Amino acid sequence: MGESANGGAGEFAAQLPKRHRVGRVWFLFFLSATVIGIIALMALLYTVIVQSFGFVAIENKIDPATLAVAGVPLEQLDSAQLTAILQQNLSAGVMRRYESEQPFAERSRDNLYALTMERVVQPNLVGSWSLIESIFDRRTIEAEVAREHPNARLVFRTWLRPSFIVNAQASSAELAGVRTAILGSLWTILITLVVAFPLGVGAAIYLEEYAADTRLTRLIRTNITNLAGVPSIIYGMLGLAIFVRLLEPLTSGAMLGVTDPTVANGRTILSAGLTLALLILPLLIINSQEAIRAVPRSLRQASYGLGATRWQTIWYHVLPSALPGILTGNILAISRAIGETAPLVVIGASTYIVMDPNGPFSKFTTLPIQIYQWTSRPQAEFRNIAAAAIIVLLVMLLTLNAAAVLLRNRYTRRV
Amino acid sequence: MQSEMPVKPQDALRGFVFTASGTSDMRHKRRLGESLVQAFLFFCGVVSILTTLGIVFVLGREALLFFAKPEVSAWEFFTTTKWQPAIGNFGIWPLVTATLVTSVIAVAVALPLGLAVALYLSEYASPTARGTIKPIMEVLAGIPTVVYGYFALTFMTPMLRSIFGDGTVEIYNTASAGIVIGILILPLVSSMSEDALSAVPRSLREAAYGLGATKLETALKVVLPAALSGIAAACIVAVSRAFGETMVVAIAAGAGPNFTLNPFRAAETMTGHIVRISGGDLSYDSIDYDSLFAIGLMLFLITLLLNVVSQRVVRRFREVYE
Repeated sequence: MGESANGGAGEFAAQLPKRHRVGRVWFLFFLSATVIGIIALMALLYTVIVQSFGFVAIENKIDPATLAVAGVPLEQLDSAQLTAILQQNLSAGVMRRYESEQPFAERSRDNLYALTMERVVQPNLVGSWSLIESIFDRRTIEAEVAREHPNARLVFRTWLRPSFIVNAQASSAELAGVRTAILGSLWTILITLVVAFPLGVGAAIYLEEYAADTRLTRLIRTNITNLAGVPSIIYGMLGLAIFVRLLEPLTSGAMLGVTDPTVANGRTILSAGLTLALLILPLLIINSQEAIRAVPRSLRQASYGLGATRWQTIWYHVLPSALPGILTGNILAISRAIGETAPLVVIGASTYIVMDPNGPFSKFTTLPIQIYQWTSRPQAEFRNIAAAAIIVLLVMLLTLNAAAVLLRNRYTRRV
Repeated sequence: MQSEMPVKPQDALRGFVFTASGTSDMRHKRRLGESLVQAFLFFCGVVSILTTLGIVFVLGREALLFFAKPEVSAWEFFTTTKWQPAIGNFGIWPLVTATLVTSVIAVAVALPLGLAVALYLSEYASPTARGTIKPIMEVLAGIPTVVYGYFALTFMTPMLRSIFGDGTVEIYNTASAGIVIGILILPLVSSMSEDALSAVPRSLREAAYGLGATKLETALKVVLPAALSGIAAACIVAVSRAFGETMVVAIAAGAGPNFTLNPFRAAETMTGHIVRISGGDLSYDSIDYDSLFAIGLMLFLITLLLNVVSQRVVRRFREVYE
């Protein structure tokens, strides 16, 4: 054993602790980066949850107790009594306008009650606090409300309440709900699905099963990859120019004679659905291609061997065994479409709609657009309902993704 | 797969001809249904090309209309620093600087963190840790961008204001939007990089350990260089995503073009401007409408360039292992 070898080993051993120290420092960096990612998700959820609960101070213009008729509180009055209250408190002009919208005699009790609340009682939020403030600064909040709004009462509010889900859009945060937005989202997604699913799966089948390796095929493949990277807002501009303006006779329903009186142009659910369909198409094609590619070759060859034609092979053998993969991939693409906001703002989703959408030719708003709209308002209470709407949106997406997982598991067991 | 059943034109014709024995040659029978199906599938494939052509045509045409207007000059568009359509000032730079500031911040947040997460997941994490952390990253990636916008405005901005002082940080600022975009693209960077790192064969790592390298040295000096093409592609895609991100900046970065590089000031990015202007009541004949398409065209070209470069990088510098 030579001197130098010993010296080399000694040097190696001497440097070893330092090298391990450096290793540990970097490891800590890698670990903390991962922890930061997790903290970011926690912070996001925390913000949303904290904002959707908390104290609110409500000041009624007219105390509901004074509206009680013969000892029966406002909530239990019948339609005739509510109409009478409305007549007493609203001007004749306003009453005529409501009468022309829908005669009072035909209105439901709930509708009349909502109208009474909105126009007569006029609950007004004068303050709103987040959950954390409500828990830890309760005294300060009570003192502040007693000092500045002596007529207001302090209530602990769960913003995500049943009435929030079933109410239509309204101009005050107190009465607003997300029913129109949810229906708008569902209609839009339905159109997107009906258009994008066949096109996407069809294109994937063509590319995987039919296309020869020609220049055109290569162009289509490269093109799909590039389209997947185009910012969504660009699709919005495409939709605005093509579907909203160029194809206005079709998308507004005028061509088919289904003109909705509230629609003046092509800014309809149909335009939105088509735009989102183009947006998710590349993603859908790529996912479906992967699923089809995973089907073993032997399956196709067995089918051909029995004399099946190409389409019979695809329809009876390739597609059924690729289906779980296609479904999973497509549900992920669709959940992207549900959360998409920018292109719909660009094609001109209406932001204030009280009427429920009733078909592809209606004006519409969607849940993400509603969230965007409420977030942009300066008043704190709109932040609260935006947070509640975010929870609704996240629950919708979560349900879809869970469905994707379940579907996949179910089909995988069978095939 | 492509050449399993070649159909030559003369074969298709022969289907009509009966053979001497009087039976038709089934193999070459012309099937109308099959051809229709194939035509439909071909159409599906071509839709994507039509989409691209549509984008180029729409953006190009409206942008040309914009530059053809007497009050607009292309020179002014690319060199001046004021964007005030109302009084005829069309200088794109305030929008570009804001986009740059948010993107640079986003990439500065997402790249180091995303790479670190990828290295942790592929080189260090136990299977259980991977099984927990990867779904969390997927959840982060699946949250709609408008929710991130809300997060920027109600969490990040107040936090920045409490750290740097209300005087320095405006309510709407590009720093908050940039950081949140960084969090938004973090899962993208980490999953793309992790795929690249995991594709490096085990033998390389084992050779490095055999030579006495520590875990870190193996990760940084052997595995990382071997996966460089994939990681570079991830970086470029991340930049492109940050450029095109819309809702976060529309909510948190501010309304109104502002020529500044100060990340604590309000400024409007290209995407933010498009959303704000088109969200209002916009007349189709106005110069504002056309100007949006000029901005959109620039945005499209920049992101397209970045995406093409990223694909080239992967193809060109990919290390192929046996």
